[in-house]
Amino acid sequence: MIDQYVESASTFSGDIDNVIWIILLITGFWFILAEVVFFGLIFKFLAKPGVKAKYVSGEKPHEKRWVTLPHYATLAFDVAIIVLAIKVWHDVKINLPEADSTVRVISQQWAWTFVHPGPDNKLDTPDDISTVDELHVEKDKTYHFELTSRDVLHSFSVPVFRLKQDAIPGRIIKGWFKATQTGQYDIQCTEICGIGHGIMPARIIIETPAQHRIWNQSNAPKVADVTPTTPPTQLGGMP
Amino acid sequence: MSSAAAHAEHDHAHDHAHHAHHDEGFIKKYLWSTDHKMIAMQYLFTGMAMALIGGFTVYAFRMQLAFPGMSVPGYGRVTATDYNALVTTHGSVMIFWVAMPVLIAALGNYLIPLMIGCDDMVFPRLNRLSYQLFLLSSIVLIASFYVPGGAFGGAWTSYPPLSAKAEYSLTGLGSSLWLFAVALEFAAFLLGGINFITTVMNSRAPGMKMFDVPIVVWMIIIASILFMASVGPLIAGAVMLLFDQQLGTGFFDPAKGGDPVLWQHLFWFFGHPEVYVVLLPAMGIVAEIITVFSRKKLFAYKTVLYTAIGTGVLSFFVWAHHQFIAGIDPRMANVFSVTTLLISIPVAEMVFVYIGTLYGGSIRLTTPMLWALAFIAEFLLGGVTGIFLGASGADIYFHDTYFVIAHFHYTFFPIAFIGSFAAITYWFPKMFGKMMNETWGKVHFWGTIIPFNAIFIPLFLLGARGDHRRIYDYRHFPDLMKSGMQDLRVFATLALLVLLAFQVVFLVNLFYSIFRGEKASANPWNANTLEWQAPSPPPHGNFPQGLPNVYRGPYEYSHPDRQDDYWPQTEPDAAKS
Repeated sequence: MIDQYVESASTFSGDIDNVIWIILLITGFWFILAEVVFFGLIFKFLAKPGVKAKYVSGEKPHEKRWVTLPHYATLAFDVAIIVLAIKVWHDVKINLPEADSTVRVISQQWAWTFVHPGPDNKLDTPDDISTVDELHVEKDKTYHFELTSRDVLHSFSVPVFRLKQDAIPGRIIKGWFKATQTGQYDIQCTEICGIGHGIMPARIIIETPAQHRIWNQSNAPKVADVTPTTPPTQLGGMP
Repeated sequence: MSSAAAHAEHDHAHDHAHHAHHDEGFIKKYLWSTDHKMIAMQYLFTGMAMALIGGFTVYAFRMQLAFPGMSVPGYGRVTATDYNALVTTHGSVMIFWVAMPVLIAALGNYLIPLMIGCDDMVFPRLNRLSYQLFLLSSIVLIASFYVPGGAFGGAWTSYPPLSAKAEYSLTGLGSSLWLFAVALEFAAFLLGGINFITTVMNSRAPGMKMFDVPIVVWMIIIASILFMASVGPLIAGAVMLLFDQQLGTGFFDPAKGGDPVLWQHLFWFFGHPEVYVVLLPAMGIVAEIITVFSRKKLFAYKTVLYTAIGTGVLSFFVWAHHQFIAGIDPRMANVFSVTTLLISIPVAEMVFVYIGTLYGGSIRLTTPMLWALAFIAEFLLGGVTGIFLGASGADIYFHDTYFVIAHFHYTFFPIAFIGSFAAITYWFPKMFGKMMNETWGKVHFWGTIIPFNAIFIPLFLLGARGDHRRIYDYRHFPDLMKSGMQDLRVFATLALLVLLAFQVVFLVNLFYSIFRGEKASANPWNANTLEWQAPSPPPHGNFPQGLPNVYRGPYEYSHPDRQDDYWPQTEPDAAKS
């Protein structure tokens, strides 16, 4: 359903779409049923001259059944939804698969800095490639990201991946994604971060392995030009 | 509280009837009154005035969204700074300065003494102080618009570090005034809440047992208890945040050993019960109205009561569903996902009970009944869309999108506006001694309900398409300018203009009916509850013929042993008389 409007471009985006679709079916069914019963009762029991309303306390078991049965149904469907939602949650947020590569995502008022590992595929080496507001990744490769912020809260959101994670100053939060198709898409900041919150767009560029290799080689700093790098800045007090 | 003090206050209140006919000066009567009805009116009209501010802000920022860069008539160009301040003001005003004063303070003050059959609150002067603090909080909030740097623009949730440092928010004084206004407002409602609870516990009419108390009174009491139990952590947090802002402490600053996420826990520990603090009174209003206008006994009174208490208790265990992706331990999301979906059960049950009440009724579609029924119909959609957000896996995508905005407006708009309109149109004859014009009432009803849906259904679609919140100009995001998305934004804004225009109908009808309306009898709806035994409007002291005795529950409509289809709580049983 969502993928009709927003492309589905990560390994877990389809799973999240499925959860949303199943919740829509379940809640949609109950919502429509409840509204039909509700409007049906209103029209059936509109005041008619000479007809007195029934006297029903709703305390007797055979009357209460009309409330308790839907109540159990609600509980059963709640359990089903919870199981599905938690399964996807685990896949996206808790069980991080082994990474092929790691990128660092640094947010600040009001720009994104992306640190790519460069041709040697290792961070904190001289050939790292830093870019602003442009993240280059390779299709079908499992990435870990290390997300942090230099000032206030931000949130790293890639709608085509169905991925979202807040960035917190002083902490490095890890997550993962694996793109399943090439293309260029929006990266959003989805946590209000001051007056420039609305002008903090970035783009993710998903490339084929060949394209990505070329991009890596043409953008990596020449090792000779680079002064020895300082170790990565520890942000705040947390390890 | 010592009961002696309560009695002393109460005795003082007994004198009301004696000097009711004295002419009081304007100040004594309107600004310094201790009469619960006058204080209720002060809260009601202050809340309505603040709703105009809330409405104006949404007009300005929705115009910017639909027509970016235009000069908004009556406002001018909306800059990014303005946009954030407008959004923040809209959220805080509508929740803290409209929903709370109208639903809790105005209705609680007006209805509790009348519905439990006493002459005033047990602490009338505390009550007056409560309103005065509330008025002061409104003035502080409005003042914050005019300080250097302008009004606070860090969203109504006020997350640090953005809210904690002037260098980040660029509104140093505005942030502190906003926080101060919110804290004052909480103090006002704490005083009011103490008063409500004590009054209901101590001053019920003779014969009124706990299960004879009308549901709306119960709901206001449960809401007051929830508020008092949840607001403590937030006040502590607000003081810490104020220290961070003004004294440079580091409670929420990671560079100084603090933690910004701590604020989110403190805020939402209050913030989520707060949803139920305003929901429950609205649910109570609906219970009163649907029983009267379907001439039915409330289906399963005790179930409603227990589900309300259950909802209240559960609401303390769901707060972190606002923080699934905020950087909390991801395993915690599992727990809060479970509690969040569980809370759907008591709330759904309450709705089922209301639908069940309609069965076998004799339904009259008066204006208040239309509002009460619309509350159920619309709130259902707000409820089921909450499931998407409570389910952690789906929330990853929907978090902080317009889907969330549409969801909580489908809960908050029914609560704050549909619920308030239901209450105002239903109790209007009692409040002002006049009938409200039904035709114009219905015009206003349809002129509000239709555009309301036309605003927020497009927002669900925009959220599903990835529109994220609090963005003042989507032209910076190529994926969010794709086919038809701007059309949806324009459509929602146009619907908003229609909705706002129809509120003029309400205001005209309200004031016209107050001054020129048809005179109302004491009990125009043939209702059972005690307030309808007092004259319309009730004089100082409420029951000039003496305080009532109560013989039965509030919902004995269409009893098979009786000719009349209602049976006032005050009417003695035939056998006993």
